[in-house]
Amino acid sequence: MDLARTEVTEATKEAVAAPRGPRRSGSAARLGLMVLPVAFFGVSFAYPVAAIVVRGLKADGTWDLGRIGEVLADSGIRHVLWFTTWQALVSTALTLLIALPGAYVFARFDFRGKDILRAVVTVPFVLPTVVVGTAFLALVGRGGLFDELWGVRLDTTVWAILLAHVFFNYAVVVRTVGGLWAQLDPGQEEAARMLGASPLAAWRRVTLPALAPAVAAAALMVFLFTFTSFGVVQILGGPTFSTLEVEIYRQTSEIFDLATAAVLTLVQFVAVGCILAVHAWTVRRRETALRLVDASLTSRRPRGAGQWALLGGVLATVVVLILLPLGVLVERSLDAPGFGYYKALTSDDSGIFLVAPIEAVGNSLTYALAATAIALVIGGLAAAALTRRAGRLVRGFDALLMLPLGVSAVTVGFGFLIALDEPPLDLRSSWILVPLAQALVGVPFVVRIMLPVLRAVDERLREAAAVLGASPWRVWREVDLPMVRRALLVAAGFAFAVSLGEFGATVFIARADNPTLPVAVARLLGRPGDLNYGQAMALSTILMVVCAGALLVLERLRPDRTGEF
Amino acid sequence: MHITKKATVLIVGLGLVTLSACGSSGSGGSGSGADSKTVTLVSHGSFAYSKDVLKAFEKESGYKVKVLKSGDAGQAVNQAILTKDNPQGDVFFGVDNTLLSRALDNGLFQPYEASGLDKVGAEYQLDQDEHRVTPIDSGDICVNYDKAYFEKNKIAPPRSFDDLIKPEYKDLLVTENASTSSPGLGFVLGTAAEYGDDGWEGYWEKLKANGVKVVDGWEQAYYQEFSGSTDGKKAGGDRPLVVSYASSPPAEVVYADPKPKTAPTGVATGTCFRQIEFAGLLSNANNAEGGKALIDFLISKEFQEDMPLNMFVYPVVEGASVPAEFTEYGPAAKDPETMAPEKIAENRDQWVKSWTSLVLK
Repeated sequence: MDLARTEVTEATKEAVAAPRGPRRSGSAARLGLMVLPVAFFGVSFAYPVAAIVVRGLKADGTWDLGRIGEVLADSGIRHVLWFTTWQALVSTALTLLIALPGAYVFARFDFRGKDILRAVVTVPFVLPTVVVGTAFLALVGRGGLFDELWGVRLDTTVWAILLAHVFFNYAVVVRTVGGLWAQLDPGQEEAARMLGASPLAAWRRVTLPALAPAVAAAALMVFLFTFTSFGVVQILGGPTFSTLEVEIYRQTSEIFDLATAAVLTLVQFVAVGCILAVHAWTVRRRETALRLVDASLTSRRPRGAGQWALLGGVLATVVVLILLPLGVLVERSLDAPGFGYYKALTSDDSGIFLVAPIEAVGNSLTYALAATAIALVIGGLAAAALTRRAGRLVRGFDALLMLPLGVSAVTVGFGFLIALDEPPLDLRSSWILVPLAQALVGVPFVVRIMLPVLRAVDERLREAAAVLGASPWRVWREVDLPMVRRALLVAAGFAFAVSLGEFGATVFIARADNPTLPVAVARLLGRPGDLNYGQAMALSTILMVVCAGALLVLERLRPDRTGEF
Repeated sequence: MHITKKATVLIVGLGLVTLSACGSSGSGGSGSGADSKTVTLVSHGSFAYSKDVLKAFEKESGYKVKVLKSGDAGQAVNQAILTKDNPQGDVFFGVDNTLLSRALDNGLFQPYEASGLDKVGAEYQLDQDEHRVTPIDSGDICVNYDKAYFEKNKIAPPRSFDDLIKPEYKDLLVTENASTSSPGLGFVLGTAAEYGDDGWEGYWEKLKANGVKVVDGWEQAYYQEFSGSTDGKKAGGDRPLVVSYASSPPAEVVYADPKPKTAPTGVATGTCFRQIEFAGLLSNANNAEGGKALIDFLISKEFQEDMPLNMFVYPVVEGASVPAEFTEYGPAAKDPETMAPEKIAENRDQWVKSWTSLVLK
């Protein structure tokens, strides 16, 4: 989510950082750093995905490439492609429309509780999509809050999907655009006004061009996430609406047409590749000559009725769009007297999991910690490799690490099951499988967060230390580490939160006796009865509180050098 | 500089290796040559049993049973096929006659003739020549109706497929997506059996015109949309007709508190399709001996008589008694529709495809 944000910083930092000296450390070192990330990427992403695609397209030992044309000509599939694209476009537009005022308010206004509010709007992003879907069902579904109050029901309409997407991605825009906005010098706009420009003209000529790349980057990220949307559409879409990702799941898991699933995986692969390429291109073209200032200097208390109204409007949006669905979750979880649903979590009577649902909390925390450790090591090494002036190869590697964010989690999950099942990689029954899959989504975040900070470390500091006789280990410990420590913590927090919420791949590989929180929520929701529903709500609430807690800690840790991390 | 980095790589690499090594040694999975005293049963999410009955088997046989449940029936079958080279367990339970061919064609099972099979009715034994699967239970997929609705509106509840397209039943029926749900598929197959290869699509066009609603799964249809079920009432369900099972009315009574004198729902007995569920020994089972003992146990009288009130299905073993609730609250279907497994195998995927474009798109 803050990918794009950090790239803004990355680009600008590249411009402001001291010119780097000639490359001293040869390419050997860089290759050395990349060995582990490449191996990780190969084993836990490329190989499983390739395995499942090959399995689908190779019938009795011969390639059946004719299927590609057949699938693409199918009217049902074309309908899916069309729906996937247009809902992503509309979701993106709607998200920008609703979240840009929020970005402005977070960037320019100072008000009490801003940190907490920033953490709150970020919570949806790290919640598993199952929980998001559930929250919206509880709000706009049958028997939901709106249904009870006004008889309004939006489930199985496209509106529920669009609203959930806005809820989900609000923070992407607020943090990406708002982060840069806060660092833009307001003096420039004021200067333009002094020279006679109207407020609108000043904004259009001065601020907008500076912001445009960040807006584009945010829009592309939202488009990527909504284009590949799974859980939300799966839960809210009913049998009629299906995105590419949901269709891959249905074709694999329900209809068992592996060939069609493989073709669709390739289509999604190409689409995501294109989106990421455009994203990388906008990032590279980003202006580097912006005058950035410390974010804390640009915000102030709102003045005048207009500004207060704007703040009020944004707060109202946040309450209705984000707090209300989350609140409904909490409210439903408390529906039984005396925390009944929470108490029920400690019993294993339901027979759904073989263990008490509450154990999912422990499982999730353990898995997420392991995933965070893996993501930090892999992402940290990759970032260190990418810090050196990037050749074409390394830049390609950079893009490669982003791919897991957009490639079907379902495909990855199934790929794990069929590919990692033989020695020397028989991980099928090993618990490490789940953290490996989760780390896959954590790594891109770690790289994005670490890269700008590592690039900002002045090479001359390291050289000076070396000249003064420090050993390489000591240089790293005393020069690099203090500067990146906070970024490292933030990266860890983010990797932890996204690992905790990962659902698409985990659902296939988490064992029945070791469910994670999101998997347990999904299983409980699939069962009838108040008690199961209430327990799902209670577990979702616990997950939400853990995520919010992690994010709140991050807010405090935000490294000052990168502004918004 | 690069010495440090190399050291880091080394340390980190060692760490990862250690981490994964701990993982594989500590997990004791069934697939990776676990002890031969554990037998693992893979099934769908609806598999249920009484703990005592299973404990008695464990004590008697000396095996420890581990149950892995995931997803609904179709997903569980597909996942088992995808992992068949190195399966997650020894026995798979829960493939039904509508999906049987998919499992058999993909070589999911190895032959095993269970002891006690002679007591299983011949009509259930769909793989009698090769014994790759053993029938365990049967049930009938039928339209259920909400008695209160039809009494209140003074309409007779529907009895047959033909009734469902009559104007008095407009906008009343909810069914499941045939590509994702086994009762949904069973209902479509029932119409295909009734109206034939050429007639069933025309029937569905009429059903669609008569306002049939399609949702993804049975849970949603029965517990959310159907006005006759306890949960459906609570959820504000407004469809008095639902595709469910002949055993759903007794289930309504068993789970009710206090128990009513009669079931609140009934079965349209002329809309039923016979479903049979099978278990089989997985092709690459690690503990084949344990798996065989487990399959024998599944058709033992103890398990067969335990099943009905846990999974609301009928036993297939002669002499296994059916609980009183079943006979009292749910009349068994009269002449349910059936279809030869070969015919299902030949047509299923194409029919589902046609049905999807006809009804959903």
